[in-house]
Amino acid sequence: MDKNRVDQIIDAHNADPSHLIQVLLDIQAENNWLPREALERVAERLQVPMTRIQHIATFYKAFSLVPKGRHQIHVCMGTACHVRGASRVLDTVQDLTGIRPGETDMDLKFSLETVNCLGCCALGPVVEIDGKTHGKMAPAQTAEVLKNYD
Amino acid sequence: MPRINSPAELEAYRNTLVSQRDPDKTCITLCSGSACHASGSREVAARFQQEIEAQGLTDQVEFRRTGCHGFCERGPIVVIHPDEICYFQIKPDDVPEIISETIKEKKIIDRLLYHDPATNEKIIRESEIPFYKHQGRIVFGSNGSIDPKNIDDYIAIGGYSALAKSLSGMTPEQVLQEVKKANLRGRGGGGFPAGVKWEGSRNAPGDIKYVIVNADEGDPGAYMDRSLLEGNPHSVLEGLTIGAYAIGAHEGYIYVRQEYPLAVENVNVAIRQAEEYGFLGENILGSGFDFVVKVHRGAGAFVCGESTALMTALEGRAGEPRPKYIRSNVVGLWGRPSVLNNVETWANVPLIINNGADWFTQFGTDGSKGTKIFSLVGKITNTGLVEVPMGTPMKDIIFKIGGGIPNGKKFKAVQTGGPSGGCLPEELLDLPVGFDELTKAGSMMGSGGMIIMDEDTCMVDVARYFLEFLTDESCGKCVPCREGMRQMLKILTNITKGKGKEGDIELLEQLAETLVEASLCALGRSAANPFLSTLKYFRNEYEAHIKDKRCPALSCKELIAFYIDPEKCKACTVCARKCPSEAIIGGKGLIHIIDQSKCTKCGTCFEVCPPRYRAVKKISGEPVPPPIPEEARIIVKERAQK
Repeated sequence: MDKNRVDQIIDAHNADPSHLIQVLLDIQAENNWLPREALERVAERLQVPMTRIQHIATFYKAFSLVPKGRHQIHVCMGTACHVRGASRVLDTVQDLTGIRPGETDMDLKFSLETVNCLGCCALGPVVEIDGKTHGKMAPAQTAEVLKNYD
Repeated sequence: MPRINSPAELEAYRNTLVSQRDPDKTCITLCSGSACHASGSREVAARFQQEIEAQGLTDQVEFRRTGCHGFCERGPIVVIHPDEICYFQIKPDDVPEIISETIKEKKIIDRLLYHDPATNEKIIRESEIPFYKHQGRIVFGSNGSIDPKNIDDYIAIGGYSALAKSLSGMTPEQVLQEVKKANLRGRGGGGFPAGVKWEGSRNAPGDIKYVIVNADEGDPGAYMDRSLLEGNPHSVLEGLTIGAYAIGAHEGYIYVRQEYPLAVENVNVAIRQAEEYGFLGENILGSGFDFVVKVHRGAGAFVCGESTALMTALEGRAGEPRPKYIRSNVVGLWGRPSVLNNVETWANVPLIINNGADWFTQFGTDGSKGTKIFSLVGKITNTGLVEVPMGTPMKDIIFKIGGGIPNGKKFKAVQTGGPSGGCLPEELLDLPVGFDELTKAGSMMGSGGMIIMDEDTCMVDVARYFLEFLTDESCGKCVPCREGMRQMLKILTNITKGKGKEGDIELLEQLAETLVEASLCALGRSAANPFLSTLKYFRNEYEAHIKDKRCPALSCKELIAFYIDPEKCKACTVCARKCPSEAIIGGKGLIHIIDQSKCTKCGTCFEVCPPRYRAVKKISGEPVPPPIPEEARIIVKERAQK
């Protein structure tokens, strides 16, 4: 990620150390993951130790320390989706993509994550791909939906 | 827009707004909450704007994108005022017809109306639909009529009058006493009386104090706070400002999950507008009271819903809780007195100030006053957000409002309180909802998630599911929570896999006891509830898993098998074609057989087998019958015989 862009994000938060999480969220949102160089820059500018940044980057679910695939698959494992069969949908996604939650495939095509409730419980089980919600999913439909991404 | 400098100016401005608005003018509202977005509300909105212009109605018709109407099952929802005509599940292609038929010709479009499955009738008006009719909406009521991005909509329905009343006519002490008298209890889970919390902060030493909105709604299956913050952000801001005035805070924070982008956006717009109008900032409404609000996005950690963890996160650190020898309303954010309440609690405050504590306490039970918003989800016909007076029997919520269990299935349990709560069986459905009532039954109110489970839900798996969630979300700071839950999860997972053994239940009970007694924060202390409540009410299911290696709900994958009944199979090949693992052997005229070694138990065959055959069976606790001999598999078509 461009160093100037990282600086711009830091400046937008006045390099305030209490905004550390907000700064990291902005970098994550733009870059999809947190590269080491960006984190080092944040540590330097916000005057916080790298250990604390590592602590935060691994503590919160929103952050990733490895590059992500072109398409982000979020399988909702909220309670409503769970009782409607979300785990079977997840199994199918895993079988089809060959990756488990938290992983990215070798071609950087898909990254798979489970999330706890997207708040679309009426549509459950829900799979969100690149921000688009696919509702009322069943194992058979999952394959149909995944086919549309390359 | 000029700044409003006094309560009198606010009233004058409100009167102007109201006089400019013709109550008889046709107004089309479209639900634009997150759930409806997912069902295509954005596309519908674009089509409405386009069609209204194309059909030359720009002057006669107002179009408004509102917050969540609550009936998410049937979204996107359109309500046409003033006649209150309600249309459901609108697609962009329905829009031209709505404009030309209903708006221009005043004709009702039958197929878009609500169809009541119980009476087989079509219902036109929103207020007559059973889902809405049996609710009592005071907090959530305005959501469906105002545009959350337009502060004027909020002012026109009386918004910020409670703030004006507090600042001009009441001392902070009086505001505090009113909230205390109303016995407003925290809607986030604990049910701690807000007034008492506020008083503690007000009396705590120090000049700098904070008020905080907890919008880190992490309970899976609960989304009422999001809908409130998305749909009516000013009501939360107004409540927060009144609270700040009461305790003497000049700075406030809204901690909202970044997974709720629309809520983040709408609350930021609301803050900006409130600042412009002078409801936030310096010298609010000429009272001399200053107050600013900042938004902090949560980065995804369930434990941050805990007050001390949330405050640690606000400081820019990893959100781990701390022991509460001293409560956070005395020593909280940056070591200062800090009042933290959740979204719904804050949204109740303006109502209490405007209408008085006596009005508020007429709703509810002895211990729990006012109303509560529940997120009614799971195996329920009408998924959505439901606001009812405290004390409403759960049966009414589930059957009268929720419409019961879909697909003719039988009700098994209702789970309340999220991962910290418990499951209650059918015998307890007459229980009125309230903080103390639910706790007594072994569950808890929590933030208002209400997940309905039917006969297909395995209760051991539900306990395992919540423990898995909590194990993942445990911050790891204290041993009972970090290690205890991990061990409980291990045992429960084994039970659901058919590897349970005698003594497992007793061991789980011991671990649960340690969790309750020794954990640092509420996450660990309440983590055993899902297990304890399912054990209390559904012990037979645990025993079936352990002793008979059988899952009575036919849900645990390792304990079930799929089997095609040769008597019923008509060799239609649907299941064989749909099977993702090519485990079904058969063709036209040949009775199908599942190759058990290839079957992944995804259940696709069970779902796609035509209902008139119902040949695919789920079995548990018994061996799969051997396949029938090859020669018996051939089906001779009746027609061919003739």
